[in-house]
Amino acid sequence: MSRKSILGASFALLIASASFMAGPAAAATDAAAVVNHYAALAHAKYEDSLKTAKALDAAIDALIATPSDETLKAARAAWIKARVPYQQSEVYRFGNAVVDDWEGKVNAWPLDEGLIDYVDASYGTESDENALFVANVIANPKLKINGKDVDATNLTPEFLSETLHEAGEIEANVATGYHAIEFLLWGQDLNGTGPGAGNRAYTDFDTKNCTNGHCDRRAAYLKAASTLLLSDLEEMVTAWAPEGEATKTVTADPKAGISAILTGMGSLSYGELAGERMKLGVLLHDPEEEHDCFSDNTHASHLNDAVGIASAYTGEYTRADGTKMTGPSLSELVAAKDTALDAEMKAKLTKTLDAMNAMAKRAETVEAYDQMIGEGNAEGNATVQAAIDGLIDQTKTIERVIASLDLGTIELEGSDSLDNPNAVFQ
Amino acid sequence: MSRITARIPRHLLLATALSFAALGTALADDPVRRTDLTPKDLKRVEKVTSPTTDLSKPEPFELMQGGAATSTHPVNGDAFSHFSANITFSEEEEFKLGNALFRKFWVSSPSSTQASDGLGPLFNARACQSCHLKDGRGHPPEGAADATSMFLRLARPARTDEERQAVAELAAVNFPDPTYGGQLQDLAVPGIAAEGRMKITYTEETVTLAGGETISLRKPTYAIADLAYGPLDPETTLSPRIANPMVGMGLIQAITDADILARADPQDRDGDGISGRAARARDHRTGELKLGRFGWKAQNASVRDQSSSAFKGDLGISTPDDPHPFGDCTQAQEKCLSMPTGVQGRLGDTEAPDPVLDLVTFYSENLALPARRNIDDPTVLKGKSIFYASGCVACHTPKYVTSRKAENKAHRFQLIWPHSDFLLHDMGEGLADGQQVGDAGGQEWRTAPLWGIGLTEEVNGHTFFLHDGRARNLTEAILWHGGEAQAARETFAGLAPDDRKALIAFLESL
Repeated sequence: MSRKSILGASFALLIASASFMAGPAAAATDAAAVVNHYAALAHAKYEDSLKTAKALDAAIDALIATPSDETLKAARAAWIKARVPYQQSEVYRFGNAVVDDWEGKVNAWPLDEGLIDYVDASYGTESDENALFVANVIANPKLKINGKDVDATNLTPEFLSETLHEAGEIEANVATGYHAIEFLLWGQDLNGTGPGAGNRAYTDFDTKNCTNGHCDRRAAYLKAASTLLLSDLEEMVTAWAPEGEATKTVTADPKAGISAILTGMGSLSYGELAGERMKLGVLLHDPEEEHDCFSDNTHASHLNDAVGIASAYTGEYTRADGTKMTGPSLSELVAAKDTALDAEMKAKLTKTLDAMNAMAKRAETVEAYDQMIGEGNAEGNATVQAAIDGLIDQTKTIERVIASLDLGTIELEGSDSLDNPNAVFQ
Repeated sequence: MSRITARIPRHLLLATALSFAALGTALADDPVRRTDLTPKDLKRVEKVTSPTTDLSKPEPFELMQGGAATSTHPVNGDAFSHFSANITFSEEEEFKLGNALFRKFWVSSPSSTQASDGLGPLFNARACQSCHLKDGRGHPPEGAADATSMFLRLARPARTDEERQAVAELAAVNFPDPTYGGQLQDLAVPGIAAEGRMKITYTEETVTLAGGETISLRKPTYAIADLAYGPLDPETTLSPRIANPMVGMGLIQAITDADILARADPQDRDGDGISGRAARARDHRTGELKLGRFGWKAQNASVRDQSSSAFKGDLGISTPDDPHPFGDCTQAQEKCLSMPTGVQGRLGDTEAPDPVLDLVTFYSENLALPARRNIDDPTVLKGKSIFYASGCVACHTPKYVTSRKAENKAHRFQLIWPHSDFLLHDMGEGLADGQQVGDAGGQEWRTAPLWGIGLTEEVNGHTFFLHDGRARNLTEAILWHGGEAQAARETFAGLAPDDRKALIAFLESL
């Protein structure tokens, strides 16, 4: 991994997050304008995700055409860059079904990498539940999935998404998305909670001087996964265009739209990020419980999630090209009702970002995220815990915001008729 | 089936020393009434849960079959994996941590990830999810050797008066095979042998339905190949079990005992040929007798008990509720008992110390029911009326309102539609496994809840039903019903083909 590029990327974020809270004190803002701007930011974030994924795709082309240390490093750097806008978009996942139901294709994790390529002997050779645990599709053009013979001669995007992804109903059979590409660019991280990321050699893609066999198929897999990522991201760019399905859904009822924003912030803050992605790792001290485990980019991944959460509230976003976007924000909407509550929300989002930045800085200067969560590493554990605490604490204020805006349980009101088809007895 | 409202005092029901006979008599003579409701709410509940008389249109609230917990996510392969729609952000965290643990692969000891080891020594699966694929229904090993989402329970009957007394008091639910224990583990950690392989042979039998349609039913016979530790006890019976779908379990737990006991009629006093019996189960932690409602034989009273049993038997992982680290190893399997365990003193005194079981339990209690589909489709409505008229509802009780006092707020006072009475019924010789489990005899099974059944194919890519997946579709599943359900089965077989199709369409809408 190129430490330099990570440093560059997250210093920029540090600056971005510091300036976040200096938003303009706007006049009265209405919910419809807030939701419209929220959709516009989504569009920008997915556009940036697509743009950076295209750069990644070009770097992958270069790696395949001329495998070398340099082209491999460039592809890894492009992957890390591509993660920045994508992770900042993740706050849209919760609260917007259209995103949540699509997300598994691009960001599913954790994955049983033995499905895709060769793995170290320490990975094991069998898994009761997953017959494809070490299927190694790159080495094996013929597979059996659920007892049926499958022809994997052509590693096309369609084959990856329709046949291989979640094969045998096993969620860990992740064949597509950022993490599949990450595994192909870095390889397994065999360092446990010791220092170091995955260390794949460029010769794994060099058909003339091939290491670990099947370099042509490895290259084909990588290209197919990259192509698929582009088409999947294009789908989201379309969905969040002004007339797109996601935009129409979230803007149809501004009050429900505001509810979606807050659901997204709360669900990502607490259950998803603080809980599943961070607390579990600290609980188990397990280096496998690391989101971007091959690249050791987990710290940036978590930080950018937090940046996205703040962005959903402030309405501010710094695009991949550096352009700043601002507009009618939830923050203004809350301030109009309760300035103290708005100040509290902003302060807590900032506190989380500070803790996340400290964690990211530690990752860049002291030890990687998977080392921080190692057993007995009190300081590392505490650094991660501070970010977790910030996320949980900010969710409490998100709940207060929900209460203050009187969004309540609008969709759960009992009704004696089927006029409201989602009615439940109360 | 008795329609009398039950009125037994709660403390009597829960009294640990109560024998089955005493419980049974008490039920019939002095039934229980719900204590969690005001008189006004009780009236509302009685009204909303009384069987509908207007089958021409959907009932109010019917779409949201899991009440406010119902998931309205688009229907796809993840349909069983969403959390209750009405939980809080902090509960979402518990759910997600539970989900991660549910997916987690446990590894054999010793390993570098000490918090994750302790698997086995004998086991059926390395992760919960291995059997509960996509949180849905397991399947028999069709064609392939993979039998992960299904296993064989092993038990022999009581032999002495003392043993019979132990079962009557539920000090034991039955007696494990002296060598192989309570279930056959077809996997083992390196260094010891797996116990053997389940072998299934099917014989086809043809059934002719009204209108001339013929259906072939496959009758399974079970055996074990490659027994690694010598012969089974001659009296040991094999009971195949498929992993049940995970949805709605917290809501089932929130149904009041009174509502379930009210439908029990062990002596068939109303003479309808259906004598549902309440199963009792010991709470694993307190030893109290409670109403059993989970598992194919209603052998567990709570989701937590069902979960700790699975940790022990299926994964070989000890929990604070069941702290034995050797899983299902028996005294006869000496090497198994000498294997390293995954207990790390500094992490806790079990392989899965707190809060693992708490989190997995919470997760298991909060997998949401998907909303129903096509409830106003005329064929579905016709099927629903046939479901009522054919006597299916005598056991597949459509709806309940859960307790106001349920532990989790999200489960309180919800109108839910599980379509089960959660009682034990004699299902006839055809389905019998000949294995007693506590109060459940060798021909008895708990009425399976039907909610979510129509999404089996969407979620799991198959339609294998019943405790061992012998039925290849819903029609076969109905035709396997015997015993107390024989009459309803005959009614179904005698329906005009279009009416049978309508009934299936109704089931598929659940």
